[in-house]
Amino acid sequence: MKALIEIFWSFFRVGALTFGGGYSMLPMLQKEFSSKPGNITNEDIIDYYAIAQCLPGIIAVNTAMLIGHKQKKSAGMITAGIGMAMPSIIIILIIASFINNFTGLEAVAHGFNGIRVAVAVLILNAAIKMWKSGVKDKTGIIIFIAALAALTFLDISPILPVLAGAICGVVIKERGAKA
Amino acid sequence: MIYLSLFAEFFKVGLFSVGGGLATIPFLRQLINTRGWFTEAMLVDMIAVSESTPGPIGINMATYVGYTVAGPLGSIVASIAILTPSFIFICFIVKALGAFSENRFVKAAFYGLRPAVAALIASAFIGIILITVLSPGRFNGPGNFFSIINIKQFCLFTVLFFATNKWVKLHPAVFIAASAIIGVIFKF
Repeated sequence: MKALIEIFWSFFRVGALTFGGGYSMLPMLQKEFSSKPGNITNEDIIDYYAIAQCLPGIIAVNTAMLIGHKQKKSAGMITAGIGMAMPSIIIILIIASFINNFTGLEAVAHGFNGIRVAVAVLILNAAIKMWKSGVKDKTGIIIFIAALAALTFLDISPILPVLAGAICGVVIKERGAKA
Repeated sequence: MIYLSLFAEFFKVGLFSVGGGLATIPFLRQLINTRGWFTEAMLVDMIAVSESTPGPIGINMATYVGYTVAGPLGSIVASIAILTPSFIFICFIVKALGAFSENRFVKAAFYGLRPAVAALIASAFIGIILITVLSPGRFNGPGNFFSIINIKQFCLFTVLFFATNKWVKLHPAVFIAASAIIGVIFKF
């Protein structure tokens, strides 16, 4: 039980002190785990991060849960996931209840109209980054265009392009391997 | 039962969003049409707050949307739901962790899946552009295409695009705060 409480607090700290998840979280995790005596090394953390990207869900939490599992099996995994999510829940609850009191103000409305432009830019940058790391050849370009066209002109669930892309990838690579 | 629908929707988000926090956005945009829980503008505001506060963006988004839909309990339900697929997945693969990411089927699936995820995020971008920089509703006949561009927003967008790519080390919250101030001063 003591070990689980320790896992919870370690990940609570990581969740509370990192902005944005992903890469920005790695130094925090290394500081929290590999610098202390225990069974998690720096290499473990890098490996878990790589595996976490190939799992569904949120990369930061996947990494946390893999570390938790190494420490205390399933109980450690669940504790790590909840510890990581807890600061977000507390902080967002405070902000969300706070913001609702101000949305009526004209200045706040202008401010949010400005913020929306910034969010558009951040999402464009995320799309460009994903394009650079994920679209490697003509097949990639075709999948990208087909998925974007389907999403823009047809009323489909975003689940479909993800599944179709994965199936295309397996089919194309397997046929390539046989040829 | 609102909590059950919340759990089901965020379970789906957790299961199918691959590639980081912003990859959840296309799935959340889908909820605008299928569930009507919030508007596109509300979603964009929630993204801004999630990017500017500590913690993984995906969890912040789940918490915020859950709160908007069903209050404090909703935020807890949504966060747990988005984590559940990961719990299940890790239980299955944990015995062969190293082999999993090196598996040739996993690699092949990701080869085809990554361009699709890029398209998902690009389509989220198009959706947000249509409520910020462009106002398609103002279109008043061919030849007058420029009438749909919001000039102030367009200028800020261009400046921010170059600024975020020049100073990549700066945290997104810096650009979000600057845009809020510009929005107030220039009455966006």
